[in-house]
Amino acid sequence: MALIINAVHVPDGFINAPVSAAAGVVAVGAVAVSLRGARRELEGTSRAGGHGGERTAPLAGLVAAFIFAVQMLNFPVAAGTSGHLLGGALAAILVGPYTGVLCIAVVLLMQGILFADGGLTALGVNITVMGVVTAVVAYALFRGLVLVLPRTRRSVTVASFVAALVSVPAAAAAFTLVYAIGGTTDVPIGKVLTAMVGVHTLIGIGEAVITMLTVGAVVAVRPDLVHGARGLTAPLKLRVDGELVDAVPATAAAPAPAGSPKKVWIGGLVTAFVLAGFVSFYASSNPDGLEKVAADKGIDKNVEEHAAAGSPLADYGVKDVEDARLSGGLAGVIGVGATLAVGTGAFWAVRRRRTASAPPSAPSSESRTAESV
Amino acid sequence: MGAGHAHQLYRRGDSPVHALPPHTKLAAVLGFVVVVVSTPREAVWAFALYAVLLGAVAATAALPAGFVLRRLVIEVPFVAFAFLMPFVVPGEQTTVFGVSLSVPGLWGAWNVLAKGTLGVAASVILASTTELRALLLGLQRLRLPPLLVQIASFMIRYGDVITDEMRRMSVARRSRGFEARGVRHWGVLAKSAGALFIRSYERGERVHLAMISRGYEGSMPVIDEVTATRAQWTCAAALPLTALLICLLGWTL
Amino acid sequence: MTPPSLDVRGLAYAYPDGHQALFGVDLTVRRGERVALLGPNGAGKTTLVLHLNGILTAGAGTVAVAGLPVEKRNLAEIRRRVGIVFQDPDDQLFMPTVREDVAFGPAAAGMRGAELEAVVRTALARVGMEEFADRPPHHLSFGQRRRVAVATVLAMEPEILVLDEPSSNLDPASRRELADILRSLDVTVLMVTHDLPYALELCPRSVILSDGVIAGDGRTQDVLADADLMARHRLELPFGFVPRSVV
Repeated sequence: MALIINAVHVPDGFINAPVSAAAGVVAVGAVAVSLRGARRELEGTSRAGGHGGERTAPLAGLVAAFIFAVQMLNFPVAAGTSGHLLGGALAAILVGPYTGVLCIAVVLLMQGILFADGGLTALGVNITVMGVVTAVVAYALFRGLVLVLPRTRRSVTVASFVAALVSVPAAAAAFTLVYAIGGTTDVPIGKVLTAMVGVHTLIGIGEAVITMLTVGAVVAVRPDLVHGARGLTAPLKLRVDGELVDAVPATAAAPAPAGSPKKVWIGGLVTAFVLAGFVSFYASSNPDGLEKVAADKGIDKNVEEHAAAGSPLADYGVKDVEDARLSGGLAGVIGVGATLAVGTGAFWAVRRRRTASAPPSAPSSESRTAESV
Repeated sequence: MGAGHAHQLYRRGDSPVHALPPHTKLAAVLGFVVVVVSTPREAVWAFALYAVLLGAVAATAALPAGFVLRRLVIEVPFVAFAFLMPFVVPGEQTTVFGVSLSVPGLWGAWNVLAKGTLGVAASVILASTTELRALLLGLQRLRLPPLLVQIASFMIRYGDVITDEMRRMSVARRSRGFEARGVRHWGVLAKSAGALFIRSYERGERVHLAMISRGYEGSMPVIDEVTATRAQWTCAAALPLTALLICLLGWTL
Repeated sequence: MTPPSLDVRGLAYAYPDGHQALFGVDLTVRRGERVALLGPNGAGKTTLVLHLNGILTAGAGTVAVAGLPVEKRNLAEIRRRVGIVFQDPDDQLFMPTVREDVAFGPAAAGMRGAELEAVVRTALARVGMEEFADRPPHHLSFGQRRRVAVATVLAMEPEILVLDEPSSNLDPASRRELADILRSLDVTVLMVTHDLPYALELCPRSVILSDGVIAGDGRTQDVLADADLMARHRLELPFGFVPRSVV
């Protein structure tokens, strides 16, 4: 699986300067957002209750060190070959998307500076593709599936499998998109997409199995440490006059009650992601099928119409993309990306509102004040 | 990466390159790479000059050529990709040794190889002449967000500790007769990875306790700060500025 | 009369998950005393230690360090006065080099420049580690790391030094070296330990924490010789060790 490295650590000169710079801006923005988000994610996960803010540096640093170490753990495949974990999906599921992006970004930065692994000008591309795309896709899928599936550990493992499986080819597709816009050589993009997504679907299976098993191992011992599975524990009950009554949740991260409209809504959204994802992957690894899909649904036309608003993609779609296969693939990728962006944005907005409205618990606020001097 | 995550590239030395403050070197390398990437690929001679420039820096730093060249192996997967380009890229064809190759593909391969190699070489020179700790201080001085620098320092500090834990787990597995041979053994390996995550996270919590016990309130006290004189900046800037000159010539000629 | 270095009264604490660890701890440590805190696993020793510098906040009762109550508004000063040396030196030494690690506490309190350098040098000299100042902690032996960990809190000139299992994982020579260092320090010491001979060697007084309360308090040799008391709280001397014969 040397191909893993192939796909991830882009060197200098692979993507042209303007697009590298643009990706750099995206990466800087994403890291800035993640720095703020990670503080929230890492605030109150300890067994002793929340120790207050400012746990970000040591915890994210240790998780980054873990990702770094675990990437060196060899998983033998067969006949002397072995693969290793990329870790983007794993990080997002275990510590949350913001911290996940932050950790991957720091690992990539250090690998670039200390080991000359990945070009310095390509750092933005690397962080955007491997960190942001992987973590966001993986976490959105994981979280969505966990909310939709029955509330069991098995669902957590299934959800991590799917999340990791999709996140790898999604990153490959994102890379292809970047290459299509800013590649220094006009390689036939359709072929690149097919090859990249095909190969990375295989890699994704390995990543999915390892991620699933690892998350399963953590959930079995410390379910409270799996960020994406928080709220899976059954709510506390009180015995009042011989009947069980829901206790007032002590923590802010109270799970949404089953069957709530929010849950249904999120579930629908997630199904959409999964379908969109699978259609485009099916499509890209099966050109004839895609052509059919594109023709049936009129996606190729839509690309032109929709994107005519002057975005670089639009330009691209009209000018260079002649065959339905490619525009179909692009439409898939764009569709998944846009849906994910909107979906996760909405999802987080909802979650934040819920968190904010929950009453702070006595013990955790107490110990928090201890630190906030 | 047998030695884990020790800073393998660094080579002790007292050359003028070693002595430059880390942030000037970081800035110089970044500037150099940006210039290289922006150079038109048709200016083949410009890339030769860049290589000469790097060679001069490496010589000043007393780095053996073999050391720098060996490290370029990291590029190999992309070299493979580059070698495919002349065969798959459509366009005007040319015949070399009886094989039909695409001209834009050849240019594309050259572009990736030349720029990628120069980029790796520049990074290797930076990493082999700058101590790890100094690199972090340099990043801090270049206004990387402090929280990011802190995360990076913790990653560096505990990378070895965690890699050691991973190695001990592997020894423990093998001591009990377990040898991972194929996919059916992934479950055991993944359990180790899961345990490693839990240990890492719990260590993070304990480190946080140790930090607040000594007065940590969210920002690291600045203990060391690196500074550079104008002369040192000028010295470091020589590399990217010369490169820029070459680049401009490459665009005009 | 100076207030005691440590004054704990009626301290009770339950973790947010409901598990109660302390059930009314009363403990006074006078200035300059060296006290061993003994007790079986799960007795609440670590929980008690985390109250001493306000990482955990008392559910009931009070803690005062040299007369200063452990309260939110005093935390910065409390954390300077109480130097906790955690069990794993790798947790304690989180900075890239020994020097920066020792400097961390004083620097967080605002010290800079030559004054900081001097404090760091003195603290390292007190544990005999001056020449290792620029090493990364990872390159030191375990015993050396434990000594640097002690230096990191000594640099803050604490009122009381709290050591969590100081002798664990040390080879006999390192164990003795650390004992010499601790004896040479002119500072109040509270030492949490399972190493009863070490307690006897270093601490004239011992207290037993069991089930979240102080269950025994007295001269170390008397406590260790009280077979009933020891057995009730799951404390056992090493094979062949007779406390009376040592002192």
